[in-house]
Amino acid sequence: MSYKDIKFSIQELARYDRHIIIPDFGIEGQQKLKAAKVMVVGSGGLGSPALLYLAAAGVGTIGIIDFDVVDDSNLQRQVLFGVDEIGQPKVEAAKRRITALNPHINVRLYNEKLTSQNALEILKDYDVIADGTDNFPTRYLVNDASVLLGIPNVYASIFQFEGQVSVFNYRDADGRLGPNYRDLYPTPPPPGLVPSCAEGGVLGVLPGIIGSLQTLEVIKVITGVGDTLSGRFFTFDALSFQTRIFNIRRNPENPINGDNPTINSLIDYEEFCGLRKPPDRLLKEISAKELYDWQVKGEPFQLIDVREPHEYEIVNLGADLIPLASIRENIDKIDKDIKVVFHCKMGGRSAKAIRELEDQFGLENLYNLRGGILAYIDEVKPELTRY
Amino acid sequence: MKLKILGFGIAKEIFGGPFVELELGKNSDVASLRARLEERFPKLKELSSYLIALNNEFALPGDIINAPDEIALIPPVSGG
Repeated sequence: MSYKDIKFSIQELARYDRHIIIPDFGIEGQQKLKAAKVMVVGSGGLGSPALLYLAAAGVGTIGIIDFDVVDDSNLQRQVLFGVDEIGQPKVEAAKRRITALNPHINVRLYNEKLTSQNALEILKDYDVIADGTDNFPTRYLVNDASVLLGIPNVYASIFQFEGQVSVFNYRDADGRLGPNYRDLYPTPPPPGLVPSCAEGGVLGVLPGIIGSLQTLEVIKVITGVGDTLSGRFFTFDALSFQTRIFNIRRNPENPINGDNPTINSLIDYEEFCGLRKPPDRLLKEISAKELYDWQVKGEPFQLIDVREPHEYEIVNLGADLIPLASIRENIDKIDKDIKVVFHCKMGGRSAKAIRELEDQFGLENLYNLRGGILAYIDEVKPELTRY
Repeated sequence: MKLKILGFGIAKEIFGGPFVELELGKNSDVASLRARLEERFPKLKELSSYLIALNNEFALPGDIINAPDEIALIPPVSGG
């Protein structure tokens, strides 16, 4: 349905009168708002003013996605919520508040985490995304999903006393596509280096200011009134009261829609942001024959057997015995300067030992004997006892 | 040439103040500015991505810096 077919009740016309009488906005601007579907990702500091003003402005369909519940520490800035809502799902509390403000709108709730699995399905029905999340993995997820779906992403972000706003992935009236987040920040910082609001704090009124500016841009994108922040990056420093606008442009190196894109579907963003190591991280391995070569050539290395003592008694390769369960407390027995080969019966426990040591102590000189002592017996010393 | 680089967000913390000054050869490009900054502030290298702007224009690595240019360094922020 075209926005031109949108009708208003008497009550709605009264409610939106101050919009409709602005010459450059008019009934047409209001019709576009009512026809629009906006997804607000995150109903926290930025989402609070965004949801209140989008609802008040008469955006016809508002989606809210958040998996969190209201907490005491939210109320300093998340003005959607009150003390009665503490402990309740944010999306439900938010819906109650904004439908009380404006009953003429539809609100769709997603009380879940936005993930690579559900993002395209959830976001595809929306005309505009307003990104107000509080972490890097979701920032990149929202950006990439908006690029893949061709939906404009009105971005805002805050840190202590500073805020940023831009309009990403916006196609102007001439069909030119504006920059997106990856043009500016192709890859994320490592975990912990740039603190979130929970870690670094934020002045409560700041998301009120920045989230309101973000909402302004959502309304401009929908109605086509004025010039959006597409191709421009706004910053605000509350302490010095300095605002700046940087002109930004598309970067040919952008991994999702530059000249040679390397990303053509959503990825694992937790892993991308270093929050989880890849499950199948490759271990350095050697074969039984290679181990035998090292032994014959007198290559310097330490051999560690992580099996149990009773297995060692049955058959062993003369290795230092450190059972898997005690590997960490025996870290000082593991050589840091030469190669260290771990083995067990078939290669599983030794792989686990290596992962533990790499994760805990950052060792990089560890090798796993592929197939364990059984492979060594089969390939090198068939005279030894198999068990 | 002597350059003044304004820090935003976490860059202020990394610089230990709102800006930092450094010397760079004439006709240097943004890539060499990044390299020099990262040498002096290794934490910047850890950041992996940060935006450099010359006279309020987003700069790419090959862009040449002129002495009176105003340089800003804007790291990512994620709070919401």
